[in-house]
Amino acid sequence: MRNIDLVIIGGGPAGMSAAVSAYNSGIKDILILDREPRLGGILQQCIHNGFGLHRFKEELTGPEYSWKYEQMVNELKIPVMLGTMVLDVTEDKIITAMNEENGVFQIQAKAVVMAMGCRERSRGALNIAGMRPAGIYTAGAAQKFVNIKGYLPGKKVVILGSGDIGLIMARRMTLEGAKVITVCELMPYSGGLTRNIVQCLNDFDIPLKLSHTVVKIHGKERVEGVTIAKVDKSLKPIMETAEYIECDTLLLSCGLIPENELSKGASITLDRVTGGAVVDQRRETDKKGIFACGNVLHVHDLVDYVSEEAEIAGKGAAEYIQNDGFNKNCDIKMTLGDCVRYTVPQHITSNENDVKIYFRVSDVHKDVTVEAKDGDEVIFSRKKQRVAPGEMESILIKSDVLKNIKSGAITVGVKLNG
Amino acid sequence: MEKNFTCIVCPMGCSLKVQIEDGKVVSVTGNTCPRGAKYAQTEAVAPVRTLTTTVRAGEKMVSVKSTQPLPKENLKKYMDMINSVKLETSVNVGDVIIADIDGTGIDIVATKNVDI
Ligand code: SF4
Repeated sequence: MRNIDLVIIGGGPAGMSAAVSAYNSGIKDILILDREPRLGGILQQCIHNGFGLHRFKEELTGPEYSWKYEQMVNELKIPVMLGTMVLDVTEDKIITAMNEENGVFQIQAKAVVMAMGCRERSRGALNIAGMRPAGIYTAGAAQKFVNIKGYLPGKKVVILGSGDIGLIMARRMTLEGAKVITVCELMPYSGGLTRNIVQCLNDFDIPLKLSHTVVKIHGKERVEGVTIAKVDKSLKPIMETAEYIECDTLLLSCGLIPENELSKGASITLDRVTGGAVVDQRRETDKKGIFACGNVLHVHDLVDYVSEEAEIAGKGAAEYIQNDGFNKNCDIKMTLGDCVRYTVPQHITSNENDVKIYFRVSDVHKDVTVEAKDGDEVIFSRKKQRVAPGEMESILIKSDVLKNIKSGAITVGVKLNG
Repeated sequence: MEKNFTCIVCPMGCSLKVQIEDGKVVSVTGNTCPRGAKYAQTEAVAPVRTLTTTVRAGEKMVSVKSTQPLPKENLKKYMDMINSVKLETSVNVGDVIIADIDGTGIDIVATKNVDI
């Protein structure tokens, strides 16, 4: 069995950024494993622009953002094994993987960074009535067909779900000559960014039907149409509003789920809300020396934040290897206050440095105050004009504040003003 | 004439109202910051969008973009021009695929390295 200091599982934006950060923190014996034939993960098919505004102060396309990191990985000569599928990771950091050249092989790592990303919620999870004809794809699968393989998976398209990938694909398929008839969104608000509604739907006169869902798929061999209906407040379809739409393709853009099969195999404790691991401020899971970052930890809306988080995980992994563990001088639990769905990290195990807490709200609200409390005492407060579930928020808790936490917990909540 | 837009410059998504007289913007309201006013100026008179798409290189697809935003009303026309290109050589990030597309002074460049 090979011994390697740091093994990084996944060569997308999270994995590459973690590798570069660990290298710059002094760990040189690194290996990145990825199942795809090239680095970059999902960015390779996200050919649209809007990436990198925070990180590189310029507007890049997905492949360009990836290329910036690929160059760093190449320059540092960090070894990469592509076309390699990781089958198993144990608590003791033994990685079993396979590829065409080496067959099945094992590696003993001192530390592991999990950076496997996420996958799309598939049709099975959505329970729509009807046969299982061809022509039903997740938006991401359609994106791969069009942008990587170079063919259009349909000509008359209905999209269910207004997640950003669905909106992006509405524009992409329209530009390539398909007719996108409508986008149905179950919730009364869009799951995607406003700018994507404007640029991807309004620009091409594609209607967005809020509080609508697909209740039936028609067709045996190939999709021939769908029945859509309005939903009531409890999200139940109102059958009197049912309407048949002829189409040959249904795209699903109904949310993303962290890809955590390997984490489960290593018995890592997962957060029920994020679907990712429970981590501390270094992004260490409850299994010593195993870290997680990027979309496998929680689904991000901006790749810039993925890179930032992966830097923390990479640095943490390097420190873990160099010091043979961590000096954990506290254990402050993060608890959820009003309107907050989750926080990352979920707990804080050192008060030596400031800690940035990322969180998501459960609803759209205007004119609010974001508050962090230690018991009844307010330790952080900031006004915000608007918060929305689609946009990740963050607050910074200073080291001297952490040193004075009395209740053993910090509660993050959103207070509605006025 | 009055036009309404949603500002797409930042996630706030302010609703903008623009007064236009003789093809000129005379006032913008509803914006929370100056960037919104600037966006409304162009959007009202000559809306532009960055175009991202792909071209074929051998059996593979190369992602491309316009180096600057292009006039929105002609996006389909540019798509046809880009889709008629077929490359037979390997491509690097930044390579010009179509120079000065349709006399706009804007280039279509590769955003990915593709070896064929
Ligand atoms: S006007 Fe300013 S604050 Fe409002 S959406 Fe535009 S850029 Fe954002």
